[in-house]
Formats: sequence, C-alpha cells, structure tokens
Amino acid sequence: MKDELKKRVIKGPDGFEFEVDPMQDYFCEEPPKEHPPIYVKIVEDLFNWARSESIWILGFGTGCGAIEMRPLMTPRFDAYRYGVQWRPTPRQADLLMISGYLSTKTLKRAIRAYEQMQNPKYVVGLGSCTINGGMYWDSYNTIKKLDEYLPVDTYIAGCMPRPEALLAGFNDIKKIIRAGKAEGANEYAKNFEWYKKNQKQVIKDWDMPDYNW
Amino acid sequence: MLELYDTLKERFKLGELKQQRDDLAFVTVEADRLHELLSHLRDVEGYTHLVLLTAVDWIEEDLFQLTYLVNNRDEACDIGVRVMLPRDNTTMKTIHDIWPTAATYQRELREMFGIDFPGSPRVDEEFILEGWDDIPPYRREFDTKAYSDKTFAVRPGRETHDPAAYMKQQREKGEG
Repeated sequence: MKDELKKRVIKGPDGFEFEVDPMQDYFCEEPPKEHPPIYVKIVEDLFNWARSESIWILGFGTGCGAIEMRPLMTPRFDAYRYGVQWRPTPRQADLLMISGYLSTKTLKRAIRAYEQMQNPKYVVGLGSCTINGGMYWDSYNTIKKLDEYLPVDTYIAGCMPRPEALLAGFNDIKKIIRAGKAEGANEYAKNFEWYKKNQKQVIKDWDMPDYNW
Repeated sequence: MLELYDTLKERFKLGELKQQRDDLAFVTVEADRLHELLSHLRDVEGYTHLVLLTAVDWIEEDLFQLTYLVNNRDEACDIGVRVMLPRDNTTMKTIHDIWPTAATYQRELREMFGIDFPGSPRVDEEFILEGWDDIPPYRREFDTKAYSDKTFAVRPGRETHDPAAYMKQQREKGEG
C-alpha cells in the first residue's frame, strides 16, 4: 500500500494533532446498490428516451482507439448532432468508452473512473482488443476479455473501427437504452463480488478501497 | 573513427571495431573499463550525448549485452559501446554520474531484465509495471503466452491457424 494511504497522525498548522485513515475518511466502504426501475413503464420509457438522446462520454482514452474520437467530435463526422458529447470528469459522464487495449495499469484507473460515474451508466468496448485481446492476445500485461472486469453493454468490432462504425455503435447503445436493457450498473452491483474477484486477480497491487465513488 | 579507435584501443583494451556506417560504429569493452571509457568519450572526444542504453538477451550464449550509444553532435557520428555480462545475478556499474538520464534507462533494465545497477537513483522502485510478481518479462526464458493464459480470462472461440498448414488443408478439401 502507498504511504499516503496508510493510517497516520498528522500535525496541523495550529499544532493540533489528529489521526487520518485515508481508506476510512476519504472513501466510502459501502458496496454499490441495485437501483431497479421503480416507475410505471411509460415514465421509465420517457426517462430512457431522454437518456438515450444525451449520451455523454467520459473523455478517457485507454488505447489507440482514443484517436478515433477526434474525427468524431470535429465537423466531418460531428457526433454532437446525435446528442453525444465528451465530458472531462466521470461525474458528468454516463458512457465509459474503453477505446482499445487495456493494460492492467489502465484497467485499475478505468475501474476507478467507472465507479465514480453516476447511475445509470454504460460501458462500450471498442476494437477487437476489448473483445478477445486482438493483437495483444499473448501480451503479459493487457487483458483479453473486458466483460470479466466491467459490465459491458455493447462492443464495436474492428481494429480500429472507423468513425462510421462508432456512430453505428452509438445507435446500437441508444436502442439498448431505449429498450430498457442497459442495466450494466445494476449488474455490477448484483455481481459485485465476482467482478472484484476478477479485478483483483489481474491487478496485483490492489491499493485502493473496494469501491471508490 | 578509425583514428579514434587506434588511439583508444590499447588504453581501454577495446575489442574489435565494427563499422556499420561512416557515422556509426560498435565496439566491445570489458565491464570494468566501461565507466572510464565513457567519461573519456564525453569529456575529451566530444561524445556528449547518451542516445540510449539498452540490453539484448543472448540466452544461448548465457550473456546479456548492454549497448551504450553515444553521439557526437559536432561530427554527427555515433559510437555504440557494448558490454557482455553473465546472465545470472547480473550487476553493472551505474553511469548516472556521467549522464543523469541514464538512471531512467537503468531503472527500466532493472525491472525488465533484472540487471542491477547498485547506487543508481530509485533503481529498486517500480518503473512501468505495477505489482509484478514473476521473473522480469523481457528475459527470454519468460514465456509471455503462458503467463497471459494463466493470468487473463480468455474468450472461447478464438482460433489460430498456421497459414501453410491451413492452406494445405483447404486445398485437400478442394476449396483452396
């Protein structure tokens, strides 16, 4: 565990000493909860329609796929006309794009980013690396199957997928959200132990709380 | 470069000079003469820039080869200084006192090949890998496929074919 995460006594500027336990004080230990749809169908449909028409993506490029996002943002492909836009922080985003290969180091950061996002949240795996390892199938530090570690709603195949393929992928995720089938966050809460077991198997120096949000 | 080689040959007990191009040559030196040679190249001969420090794993000969590539800006030529070291418990004298940037290369070599450079700054800290618990991954006895299969979940259904064998099989089927 890193030094800054260890329990310690700190002396404040006024000479007052106090104890700090970062794992207790800065993070919440409570595991995520399921939030099943509670309203009548017509209201849920309205919500889902609104969600599907404003997909906000976390601007977190994990691999080479991040390069495909730039033409999508800019006027040639202009994903903004579909209500898709990129946000700088996980708190404002509801779609996490895993854009390409994920090394175990990046996986750790991707998990943190995912857990900090608000419900409802969706994950899209982009490129063949997230599906079965792609060209990194025998690498010692990239994962090969993303849905073992994060609940994936849909994949976009290709190495790399063209921006057109990404637009088609956004349409797919829209349809999934509209149909009320994008229950990734609930899946994650339901199978929390299973996901954590898989994550810890790969991330050897686990030095963060189990759930950081 | 040949003149330089002739003047330094006796003093540093240099091995044979391999002239790759007009502006690039490689030379082998004993491990205990390396530090001296590099200081001399930097301070007297004008090879002021360390381009890279890298290792090659000659597992068949049971040797590690370290290559220190140094560059002379004024004459626009490079010299690669090679050192051969035994593979087990490899230690090498650090050169971070000649070029501070070498410390980064030495950290990488420590992590990826397990070559120790005692006294180099932060050499025992993790460099790229986090929580690595196996043998250093760039050593050639490390089987990256086996490690990958053991550690990461695999999606079933992925097939690989040897192209020649696969084509032959297709031809026998009459589809090729």
